[in-house]
Amino acid sequence: MSEVLRVENLHKRFGPLHVLRGINLSVKKGETVVILGASGSGKSTLLRCVNFLEMPNEGRITVEGKLVGRATTKPGVMAYSNAELNALRARVGMVFQQFNLFPHMTVEGNVMIGPMKLRGMSADAARTLAHDNLRRVGILEKAREYPARLSGGQQQRVAIARALAMEPSMMLFDEATSALDPELVGEVLLSMRRLAEEGMTMLVVTHELGFAYNVAHRVIFLEGGEVHEQGTPQQVLLNPQRERTRDFLRSHTLFRLPEPGGGL
Amino acid sequence: MGYEWDFAAVFRHSGLLLEGALGTFRLAGMAILIAIPLGLLVALLRLSRLPVISWLAVIYTDVFRTSPSIVLIYWFFFAFPLLVGVDFDTFTAVSLTLGLQTGAYMAEVFRGGIQSIRPGQWQAAKALGMGPAMTLRYIILPQAVRRMIPVFFTRLTELFKATSLAAVVSYAEVVQMASRVSSETFRPIETYTVVALFFFVVIFLASRLVRYAEHRFAVPE
Repeated sequence: MSEVLRVENLHKRFGPLHVLRGINLSVKKGETVVILGASGSGKSTLLRCVNFLEMPNEGRITVEGKLVGRATTKPGVMAYSNAELNALRARVGMVFQQFNLFPHMTVEGNVMIGPMKLRGMSADAARTLAHDNLRRVGILEKAREYPARLSGGQQQRVAIARALAMEPSMMLFDEATSALDPELVGEVLLSMRRLAEEGMTMLVVTHELGFAYNVAHRVIFLEGGEVHEQGTPQQVLLNPQRERTRDFLRSHTLFRLPEPGGGL
Repeated sequence: MGYEWDFAAVFRHSGLLLEGALGTFRLAGMAILIAIPLGLLVALLRLSRLPVISWLAVIYTDVFRTSPSIVLIYWFFFAFPLLVGVDFDTFTAVSLTLGLQTGAYMAEVFRGGIQSIRPGQWQAAKALGMGPAMTLRYIILPQAVRRMIPVFFTRLTELFKATSLAAVVSYAEVVQMASRVSSETFRPIETYTVVALFFFVVIFLASRLVRYAEHRFAVPE
């Protein structure tokens, strides 16, 4: 299968803080990769570097076979043009923890604005596309509502539809369910799972181990800005090899319900 | 003491007052046309990441906000033409002065409005592939301007009333005309009562209009 994303030797520093220390990562078309790690391990920063919401200090990022930016005289340091980055972001969808819907636009307006202003679509075509994608996340009936009238789970599904309407080659999820009330987490995870099953390429930062276990093709455990351990969900989640991975999983599964009742 | 009110004398000169009212509207209109785009521009400069540009904007707003309007009007009418060697007519001098000063206030209003929008909005637009100009136009300003409406209106009210200062350089706005009418009719009380009513009615109607607009374009939050 073809490679949608390749990250090579990625470094990110915030002042004296060295958050990412040489990340290497490859995501194939149709693959869902879940990134786990304690807070401060650099997982959100990694995700935000992939679509350049954070600028990497060093390293190469290749999306759909196209290297982003051009090399400079400094080894490993790349230079980027704004136009190139905007075009790249239009091809990589992102869903945020806080939804970040545009409150002054209706639900369909939120989904239409990208295709209209960035892909030159007519309002009619964009509305059709918006409705298709709202249906995809099961929220078409709210098309004319304003975001403030929606629950967190509904808002997050609209945010997913907004990203999908750009017809991205991959989707990034940055703790998409962390800000939700517990009873609203499921509907968002289900939408994400359906997307994965449709063959969307996804890079997912989450604390939902059940989602990782049931949906991911591959799990990456990040620790101290490095890939600490990776493998299939069965390998990493059920049979972790490294001590830090075990600690992390232990702290996340301290209290469990007896079977049945677990799982997604 | 019994004062004999007599508005008839004033109404015989209503043509002059009307002319003055038109002058007032023209002044205010031109000043607004200058102030709003200028305010937005200065606010954006102020928010620039380049310290030099941001400082220029700060200097501009501080100079114009700290000077009394009447001093600025004298300065632009008498002093500035000497510096640049171009004569200003009174309309140009006063509308420019009030426009530049209101622009400085507007800049702060725009800046506050823009900064009140959560950074997540910028990020979401950026993640879609929008550049800063597009984000500002479609995402940030439509939200910011809604929040700015009340303060915006206060500033415009101040501007509208400040046009009366144009009388000091004998521009034919409503207060200047009123002083002419009152000296011809010897009816200053009636004349200035009419002028006060004029300001009240215009600003009152405008405030209702603004309240309606606020309601009309409100978005659930």
